[in-house]
Amino acid sequence: MAEQSAPASRERTWEDEGLGDKRAVPEGLWTQCEGCGETLFRKALEANLMVCPKCDLHMRISGSQRIAQLLDEGSFEAMDAGLTANDPLGFVDMKAYPDRIKAAQRSSGQPEGLISGTGFVKGRKVVVCVMDFSFLAGSMGSVVGEKITRATLHALEHGLPLIIVSCSGGARMQESGLSLMQMAKTSAALARLDEAGGLFISVLTDPTTGGVTASFAMLGDVIIAEPKALIGFAGPRVIKQTIRQDLPDGFQTSEFLLNAGFIDRIVHRSALRSEIARLIDFAG
Amino acid sequence: MAKAGYSGSYVLDFEQPVVEIEKQIDALEANPSAPRFAEELATLRSTRDTLLTKTYGGLTAWQTVRVARHPARPQTLDHVDAMCRDFVQLHGDRQCADDPAIVTGLARIGPFKVMVIGHQKGRSTAERIRCRFGCANPDGYRKALLKMQFAEKFKLPIVTLVDTPGAYPGIESEERGQAEAIAVNLREMSRLRTPIVSVVIGEGGSGGALGIAVADRVAMMEHAWYSVISPEGCAAILWKEANEKTNTLAAQALSLTARQNLSNGIIDAIVPEPAGGAHRDPRAASDALQGWIIDQLRDLSRVDPDTLVNLRFEKFRRMGSVRSG
Ligand SMILES: [Zn+2]
Repeated sequence: MAEQSAPASRERTWEDEGLGDKRAVPEGLWTQCEGCGETLFRKALEANLMVCPKCDLHMRISGSQRIAQLLDEGSFEAMDAGLTANDPLGFVDMKAYPDRIKAAQRSSGQPEGLISGTGFVKGRKVVVCVMDFSFLAGSMGSVVGEKITRATLHALEHGLPLIIVSCSGGARMQESGLSLMQMAKTSAALARLDEAGGLFISVLTDPTTGGVTASFAMLGDVIIAEPKALIGFAGPRVIKQTIRQDLPDGFQTSEFLLNAGFIDRIVHRSALRSEIARLIDFAG
Repeated sequence: MAKAGYSGSYVLDFEQPVVEIEKQIDALEANPSAPRFAEELATLRSTRDTLLTKTYGGLTAWQTVRVARHPARPQTLDHVDAMCRDFVQLHGDRQCADDPAIVTGLARIGPFKVMVIGHQKGRSTAERIRCRFGCANPDGYRKALLKMQFAEKFKLPIVTLVDTPGAYPGIESEERGQAEAIAVNLREMSRLRTPIVSVVIGEGGSGGALGIAVADRVAMMEHAWYSVISPEGCAAILWKEANEKTNTLAAQALSLTARQNLSNGIIDAIVPEPAGGAHRDPRAASDALQGWIIDQLRDLSRVDPDTLVNLRFEKFRRMGSVRSG
């Protein structure tokens, strides 16, 4: 977090440098895989959960796609969907924060960067939160922190397992200290869930970095990652600039974290539902 | 020995007019017939004090950041030296390493026995490199937690002093779980059954700062900064380039000063600094710090652990600003 440099797009947060290659797949009949270059029929790709059938690239998906993939059909009930961002600091850079919010709302079709609610995974009731990278790089401001906190306390109150699917560049700069405090707030809520014996399954997807990794995402009773996701604290470019060395191959990938001992399992997207269901059964 | 006042070799540009006056004071004082100039000296000193108060009363956010980074600004171990007795430093995380970027130890402050934990930037070049300029590795955060748990066991309150540009971004720090170490500290500090008092004494850079600052009472020294990112980091991303101009804009936008953090409900108090900043009179800065810490410890010592943990949870639970639909 010491020295940072500019990423390709202004919409990304500082932790997110070098992550801009894999964008959410654009709409259209055909899609080109950014992993292998293969041209894919979009409907077939969707049926394959947005995983390239040729090279197995797990493409970044929106929050609503994730909900649809993860939960039993029609079982999702949203919570706190009306919460939207304030501009408590009157933050202006080259654009005003409220304008960035409006632009993100238009482009993502979502009021904020996280969808929370209840639903069923193979018949097991859960509380679920999914982050949406298309909304200001999935950054955590007050709304994201508040929704996670409320979802965690809801899971605690109703004795339900909590699942959070992370996909984020980190804390949201435009809310500065208030964003930072969401790290403490969400972690404190998870401490309560933990004390009550609640189950928290943290699912890390590409990318999970910065203040999100350094708070709730790393606090799962079980931590699962999708294959080859970028997961870390500092962004790769920041590290490179700090140490003035090239980074090792596969640095900060799911596989790297598994080897280092910081995640429990790497799970293919097609197996995510059944793995989560099985884990719930073991812990229940 | 300081002469007219602060005489460090490092001069901030906006302090230059003050330095000019101080040179005149020094010259007069060195004059063998100084007693004859008592009146002139008094005038110069009063002009200097007025100018200092004025300059430091109206620092911009970016100037504040530069004061917070002043090389002569008192660091954790300077404050410990000045305010504590019987300091017993405790090293190591019992897993992997002893990170010098976070120092921990037992000490007495006024009537209280405490566990002190603080970032250490280092003073000499060698020490600064060893401390990575106050950027801790996961081992530092794990050491801090281990000593905090010791404090909980023996019912000692915890005092943390925050002074870091951010947690260290390196290969080994990622390999050893920088994110996990900070995350666990946030969770565990939220439920430690002993009082925790934190003060940002210089730089409060992001998760690396918060990793030892989930406390019952949080203060900032008057000219410290505390934010989600450094102004340079923010400028590089949102303004595409970090330079004097964009750093100034970013620092302003980030609401990182003590006064702004107080009004945003992120901290509970501001510890005033001597005129012209802590680097001009470290002893006075430590005295003010000690006074505030002792007051908080006295208050918190009356609160039972259950209530303490609940109040700490509620304090952070309230933070943030959302619009309900
Ligand atoms: Zn492919």
